[in-house]
Amino acid sequence: MLRVENLSRRFGDLLAVAPANIHIRRHQTTVIMGGSGSGKTTLLRLLAGLEQASSGHIWLDGKHDLSCISQSGLYQLRQRMGMVFQYSALLNSLNVYENVAFPLHEHTQLDESVIRTMVMMKLEQVGMRGFEHLMPSELSGGMAKRVAFARALITDPELVFFDEPTSGLDPISAGVVSSLIHRLGQQTRLTSVVVTHDVEAGLRIADKVILLWQGHVIAEGTAEDIRHSDDPRVRQFIEGNPDGPIPFSRNETPFHEALMAGL
Amino acid sequence: MQGYRKIEIIVGIFVFVGIVAIAGLAIKLGQIGGLSSSGYELTAVFEDVGGIRVGGDVMMAGVSIGRVADVSLDDDSEAHLLLEINEGIKISTDAIATVRTKGIIGERYIRITQGADEESLNDGDEIEETESAINIEDLVSKYIFSPDNKE
Amino acid sequence: MRRLLTHIFGAIGRSTLSSLQRTGDATMLSLRALCCFFMPPWQGSHIVRQLYALGVGSLIIIAITGAFTGMVLALQGYYMLAKFGSESLLGSAIALSIIRELGPVLAAFMLIGRAGSSITAEIGIMRVTEQLDALQMMAVNPVGRIIMPRILATVIALPLLVAIFDVVGLAAGYVIGVDLLGVNAGAFIGEMVTKVAMEDLNIGWIKAAGFGLLIGAICTWYGYRAEATTEGVARATTQAVVLSCVSVLVLDYILTSFFL
Repeated sequence: MLRVENLSRRFGDLLAVAPANIHIRRHQTTVIMGGSGSGKTTLLRLLAGLEQASSGHIWLDGKHDLSCISQSGLYQLRQRMGMVFQYSALLNSLNVYENVAFPLHEHTQLDESVIRTMVMMKLEQVGMRGFEHLMPSELSGGMAKRVAFARALITDPELVFFDEPTSGLDPISAGVVSSLIHRLGQQTRLTSVVVTHDVEAGLRIADKVILLWQGHVIAEGTAEDIRHSDDPRVRQFIEGNPDGPIPFSRNETPFHEALMAGL
Repeated sequence: MQGYRKIEIIVGIFVFVGIVAIAGLAIKLGQIGGLSSSGYELTAVFEDVGGIRVGGDVMMAGVSIGRVADVSLDDDSEAHLLLEINEGIKISTDAIATVRTKGIIGERYIRITQGADEESLNDGDEIEETESAINIEDLVSKYIFSPDNKE
Repeated sequence: MRRLLTHIFGAIGRSTLSSLQRTGDATMLSLRALCCFFMPPWQGSHIVRQLYALGVGSLIIIAITGAFTGMVLALQGYYMLAKFGSESLLGSAIALSIIRELGPVLAAFMLIGRAGSSITAEIGIMRVTEQLDALQMMAVNPVGRIIMPRILATVIALPLLVAIFDVVGLAAGYVIGVDLLGVNAGAFIGEMVTKVAMEDLNIGWIKAAGFGLLIGAICTWYGYRAEATTEGVARATTQAVVLSCVSVLVLDYILTSFFL
């Protein structure tokens, strides 16, 4: 569905995403994993067209290049996409119901009763029915995230981006959310791209895993491939070892040497 | 959507009040809408108007009865004034127009003193009798250089 | 010495270029907002909401400021004019200063303090919490939905607020001048009516609309381009308020010298 060619993004001297070639297949759940600052959120924002690429192309369906497309063309394509943001990004001025109904109010001429039914269905799916009159400021992080889920799915998109869907959720909600993503992939043939550093949840739902480290793709394959990878960096990441080729500290010189040299 | 209707109504009131304020100022102060046209015009020729400006007052017995609509210099190098007089004010044909000053350094205005004639001036007529501005410098020099004042 | 000089001139050049670049960016944002006004979807209800939040919300503070401005001008003007024995000019003195200068400028300042700061903070927070990105992902253009209604609301609201400021200020000046200081009521009104011409009122409206556009453009831009952190939004809000106030005064000078 999405084919990425040679895509990169620089912020000044910092290379956030090194030139990468990625293929995201239709009806699959692709999980992008990596530590903090590995460029995974930037990659997701590039894929969603929220960030301008420094080089490379993103092909949607092999015919639309998202890296150089007009604003209106992008808005047209986005009606087929959804996104769940890390901090939910619900619109503050609208209540839960209006937030979920927002894409329908914007882009369809449906009758309000139809919209109401659709919204209630989605809210039921994420376990938030009965909270539709609350404002976003009255919700906990986990509740807000579930509302964001309902909002991203209300238009039945073909492609959904999830930015850290399980972070900030208690284990039960996180489990519900990951099984929801998984189930949606199976039942509605949804294509989803998930960014997470939650290894267990990521590997459980993934059809394909992409592991990033300092902007570079260091591993790509099925969850099984990753689990049985020999690459010490991959092993360190999925096992959560403090020692290994990926340094915990970004400093070149060890602390005791820096201390001797007078910091 | 109930809340939105309320907002609409309040904004409507706000815009209405604002427009009424704009219109009120324009009509009352900007003299739009026929207020200035209700009246008639007289002309008067002065030797010296002492720098009177358009918009200056025209007064009779201390009451404002109109304003100076135009100041120009005619071919004989005399000041030619166009006076706008309010509706209903009658000025006799032998009235006298004088350039006066409000206070010592105040602004100039035209004082009109009513004459004895029964007939009154009509739109476009000229006030024949005029008296120029009193120049303080002239008065002072006249006083200093007058012969009786020499010792 | 040479290093100092290159340092100084480098700093001057850098800040000039960056401020030019930011001015250009802000202008582009406002122009894009203008384009959005003429393109579907029609954002009527959002313009009305912003008029409510920015215009109606600033009404009371504008009226209070207007009243006290008129009262101070009456007291101060009377004190000065009485020295020359021209108290009768009080009405025109108050009217001309309020209508030409103080009305537009003070109302603009109040709008900046009351509404401009909240525009920047609100949009900045939408940036921090990714609400602007969320709008984009839902195929809604944030420039048309968020920026345009706010700029338009300040442009529409400020002339209306200035007119209300003028009326309240003149009324308050009348009360102080005539009722308290004993200036003749006829002279007060008469002077006001003869001395204020339509041009003076027009200058007031033009200034008000210009200031409204300036405030809307500056405050929305600072919010839109705010650094996506808490301090970034705080800094953007302060800068937006300061820059709005300064540029209102600069534009006021330019317009006044242009029309005089």
